[in-house]
Amino acid sequence: MTTASVFELGRPASARRSLLRAWRGSLQGSEFAWALAFCIPYVAVFVAFVAFPVAYGLWLGHQPSLYLELFDDPIYQQTVVNTILYLVIGVNVKLFLALLLSGFFMRRGWWVKGLLMIYVLPWAVPALPTFISIHWMLNSQWGLVNNVLWDLFQIDGPGWLDTSRWLALGSVIVSYIWKNMPFWTVILLAGRMAIPQELYEAAKVDGATGLKQFVHVSLPLLANLYVVCTLLSTIFTLGDFNTAYFISGGGPALSTHVLATLGIRDAFELARPQLGVAAVMSALPLMIPLVLILMRKLRTSEVQL
Amino acid sequence: MSAVLLHAEPVRRRPNYRRRRILTEAACLALGAVLVFWTLAPIYNMVMVAFESHNDIFTNDVWPAQPSADSFWIVISQGYWYLEYFWHQFGNSVYIGVMTVFFTLAIASMASFSVSRMRIRNGWLLTNAALLTYLVPASFLAIPFYRIMQSYGLGNNVWSIVAVEVTFATPYAIFIFQQYGRSIPIELDEAARIDGASPFQVYFRIYLPLMAPALVAVGTYALLLAWNEYLYQFLLLSDKRSMTVPVALAQFLNSDESPWNYMMATAIVYAIPPVVVYYLFRGRMTAGLTMGGVKG
Repeated sequence: MTTASVFELGRPASARRSLLRAWRGSLQGSEFAWALAFCIPYVAVFVAFVAFPVAYGLWLGHQPSLYLELFDDPIYQQTVVNTILYLVIGVNVKLFLALLLSGFFMRRGWWVKGLLMIYVLPWAVPALPTFISIHWMLNSQWGLVNNVLWDLFQIDGPGWLDTSRWLALGSVIVSYIWKNMPFWTVILLAGRMAIPQELYEAAKVDGATGLKQFVHVSLPLLANLYVVCTLLSTIFTLGDFNTAYFISGGGPALSTHVLATLGIRDAFELARPQLGVAAVMSALPLMIPLVLILMRKLRTSEVQL
Repeated sequence: MSAVLLHAEPVRRRPNYRRRRILTEAACLALGAVLVFWTLAPIYNMVMVAFESHNDIFTNDVWPAQPSADSFWIVISQGYWYLEYFWHQFGNSVYIGVMTVFFTLAIASMASFSVSRMRIRNGWLLTNAALLTYLVPASFLAIPFYRIMQSYGLGNNVWSIVAVEVTFATPYAIFIFQQYGRSIPIELDEAARIDGASPFQVYFRIYLPLMAPALVAVGTYALLLAWNEYLYQFLLLSDKRSMTVPVALAQFLNSDESPWNYMMATAIVYAIPPVVVYYLFRGRMTAGLTMGGVKG
């Protein structure tokens, strides 16, 4: 600010005015003041609660020794594998099923509408109550899942959460799919509804039915939306803390942590905030490209359906 | 239209056409049944445990032996030491939710008005800042955020949570407002300006009323976001009186003797308001969400 005014002093008044104009744009005097005043609350929120924490976080996790320590840690190595599996399997299975189910929900009939109302329930109910419920369902001794297994097939179900890493991680992923699939189904359903009906009629005239219609009409038109959903969902899932924390709690023996939960554990249970920030920041090489691609896609392209 | 229909339905139907349609319908019904089971299983479990008595939880029943609503009564009357401050905590959750909605709508609508209606210079910077915030996972900022809140002197204060929720709800709100605002002709603003309205009057009397559907959609979103959030509330609120329901619920979970029936009853009481709000505003919220999603 000060450098700008010093800079301006040496210029003729007309040039100064045009510099001011360039900054203010076409808005005049009080209008510019109003426009600025309308922006200030958000700018203040952004600086105080986004920019500052990000900068502070970067500063907390800047020491290279933290990363060396992390990469040597077997728990961290397991966590990275878990996070990748969680992202790759969780996001893709969820979205693929959501794509198929969105086609199912396009069917006419009152019971399909009613079913959709029930189907979106996992999304409407807060995460915490349902995850606690699932956690108890998976209890090896008294949980509903093993009770049903016993009643139906007379077999003793395994200890889903406390015996094997893969069972526990699988439980986390399935719970994640249960919770998040309805939301993305609704998004993809809206995408399908935006496809003009005439296209299907034209395809029908040309002899395309069923699967052919899906491959040649729906799929090309939904492709862009589907890619955006995948990227967006990957980022959201990377930051998902609740699912892993409440379903498996990172157990058994800290083998099912994901980066989001491990960071919190390091920072607050081990009281080593630097290490926690480092764990979270090690996801940046994956996150930055995703964010860049998404910012381009969300800003510029509008999906023309 | 009729020509299309003629082509679509051949004059001579194939003999297995009817049978195929019945089979398809049956397959759909089967899929529907599977979906109902899949969707309702955890919710059924929640209700079942809530209606069981303490001794029945530790049995192999898949149905409450003697269903009773005692657990709900215990929750409502705060009749268990973990639930001592239940209504107080519930009030905190409501307070945080309402404040989040108010500030999110105010801040985001003002910012989008300035950027997309008044066309402030370099407004794209603000849009991009919002978009970037939308893409940063909230949980990744939790550690620095916690320490900063302590240094702002907002530890154990519900306003710190309001700040968090507003921070993470406004970017989406700005995104939606800008998308929705495009459908409102800018000539309206210009006409009002010519008639002598100040920018604030244009914002308050023209922009906000016309944005009502988007405000409802985003308000619902912000309320559910604040209601669902756990991590920050857990980190920032540790006092029993400043705590919110999810934090208390999780504390319950980590205690040695977990009275699961009380816990599930608490969970159900806590889950009812957002579900009601969701179903009330479902149409509008879906429209808003898909606006953001589909325009992707």
